[in-house]
Amino acid sequence: MLAASGLRLAVPGRTLIDGLDFFAAPGQCWAVLGKNGAGKTSLLLVLAGLRAPEGGTVALDGAMIAARSRREVARRVGILLQDETESFWGTALEYAMLGRLPHEPAPFGADPAAERAALAALAEVDLAGHAAQPYRTLSGGERQRARLAQLLVQSPDLWLLDEPLAHLDLGHQVAVMRLLARLAAGGRAVVMALHEPFWAARVCDHAVLLYDSGRPRQGPTHEVLTQDHLEALYGCRLEPAAAASTPVFLPTS
Amino acid sequence: MRRVGAAAVVAAAPLALAAALWFGSVSLPADEWFRTLAGGGADASREIVWGLRAPRAAAAFAVGALLAVAGTLLQVLLRNPLADPSILGISGGAAVGALAGMLLGLHAWAIHGLALAGAGAAAGALLALAVRLTGWNIYRVLLTGVALGAGCGAAVSLMLALAPAAQVHGMLFWLLGDLSGAQQPLPAWVTLAAVLACAQLLALKLDALTLGTLKARSLGVAVGATQSAAFLAAAVATVAAVMVAGSIGFVGLVVPHALRLAGFSDHRRLLPLAAVAGGALLTAADTLARSAAAPLEFPVGAVTALVGVPVLLALLARTR
Repeated sequence: MLAASGLRLAVPGRTLIDGLDFFAAPGQCWAVLGKNGAGKTSLLLVLAGLRAPEGGTVALDGAMIAARSRREVARRVGILLQDETESFWGTALEYAMLGRLPHEPAPFGADPAAERAALAALAEVDLAGHAAQPYRTLSGGERQRARLAQLLVQSPDLWLLDEPLAHLDLGHQVAVMRLLARLAAGGRAVVMALHEPFWAARVCDHAVLLYDSGRPRQGPTHEVLTQDHLEALYGCRLEPAAAASTPVFLPTS
Repeated sequence: MRRVGAAAVVAAAPLALAAALWFGSVSLPADEWFRTLAGGGADASREIVWGLRAPRAAAAFAVGALLAVAGTLLQVLLRNPLADPSILGISGGAAVGALAGMLLGLHAWAIHGLALAGAGAAAGALLALAVRLTGWNIYRVLLTGVALGAGCGAAVSLMLALAPAAQVHGMLFWLLGDLSGAQQPLPAWVTLAAVLACAQLLALKLDALTLGTLKARSLGVAVGATQSAAFLAAAVATVAAVMVAGSIGFVGLVVPHALRLAGFSDHRRLLPLAAVAGGALLTAADTLARSAAAPLEFPVGAVTALVGVPVLLALLARTR
């Protein structure tokens, strides 16, 4: 589905990623892990075609993503951004309905199909009772879930998510991770930048670790998310947690 | 609730137009007024209602609608709640042209031509300096517009200081907005129809732009083309409004805000409602300006602010 080849990402004075070959196939669920400033957000933006890499290429189904129209890309690739301008004045329902934009919604008048899809999406993220509430009055966690509802309405084949668990309480973290796992199981490709290796190990089948050296490591989670690799990644000592079905590492006390 | 609000806005338009045809320095008896509206009445009544008041009311409505639509577009485009048509410096450019024409004692049509040239020069300078050379950057556009406006303001101040006392009154009326010479509303209506059609086609993309340019692009919006089209529509609307009525403030600022605070955010509804509300507001304000102390006329721009400020403050006070 999405293939990146020889990717080089840099910010002034620093190379973030050097020589990443990455392929996200339908049904795969990827975690992108790394310290603050490691390039997780930049990588997701490049994969979405929203930022040009300093080197390398990104192709969607064999065609360069930069050469495709934005609308064509938006039908296949959706992204949950870490930050969003908060000047939207409408309701949570209207916010979610904007996900229909790439699918040529009715330019005039009501759009019952988009409204139905948005109501179902809001229910999916536990916001059914907030449809008529102004978006700007939602809490941080509710806004995060409204953004996910918009992505559900957009219904892309490739989901790129920058910190999907930000602002969410534990219960909603579980619900959102189950939703993303279900999407991957249903044939979508999911790539998410996370700060919690625990969630990566439990939900994702593949992971990319972005090291300060700029040389990333990637592979199946059970091979990549080891104690050694994570200690090197985050620069802190870890120890395995007992009584967990998935390998979990906690900071040493 | 929103349906009631929309109905109130739509109902305000015919009421404002009817008031504009009813009130004036000459009072017509009600039966004569109705006869005149129905196509009858005395020659003098027909001249007053259809020859004088109707064209001015139509012009006021179109100008108000143009300013409100321009303000709505600019507030999204510049992601700035303080954006209104005057922020681009276009009104300032037109003011410099018009006042220069008055200072030189030129004929009315030449003053119009100079105002158009000034507005066009300001819009062109903004496009060249802030958009075309370096790509779209809202801060650069805003600052360039503010700088152009300040430069024009300085030139206007100089001309006011140099002008003979007899000319200053006319200049001040032009600067504060004046519809007394607006007897040909057709060009403003044609421009309004074109601008509104263009804006309506952009409406969904403008909704996405309120989420930021990155999110809008991720939703498939061609951001640069949308911004350019919205900017062009706003600039054309501003120029058209300024050409008819001079520099009228506040309509383009207050109308979009009032409608958003009243719950309208979807641009497919917001833009046409802004046109109707802006048209009704300016028509009502102009009626007040020319009839409150007739035969004396107040500058309509001062009246729009006096009417609009309490409305906006009341809406802000009850909004979380």
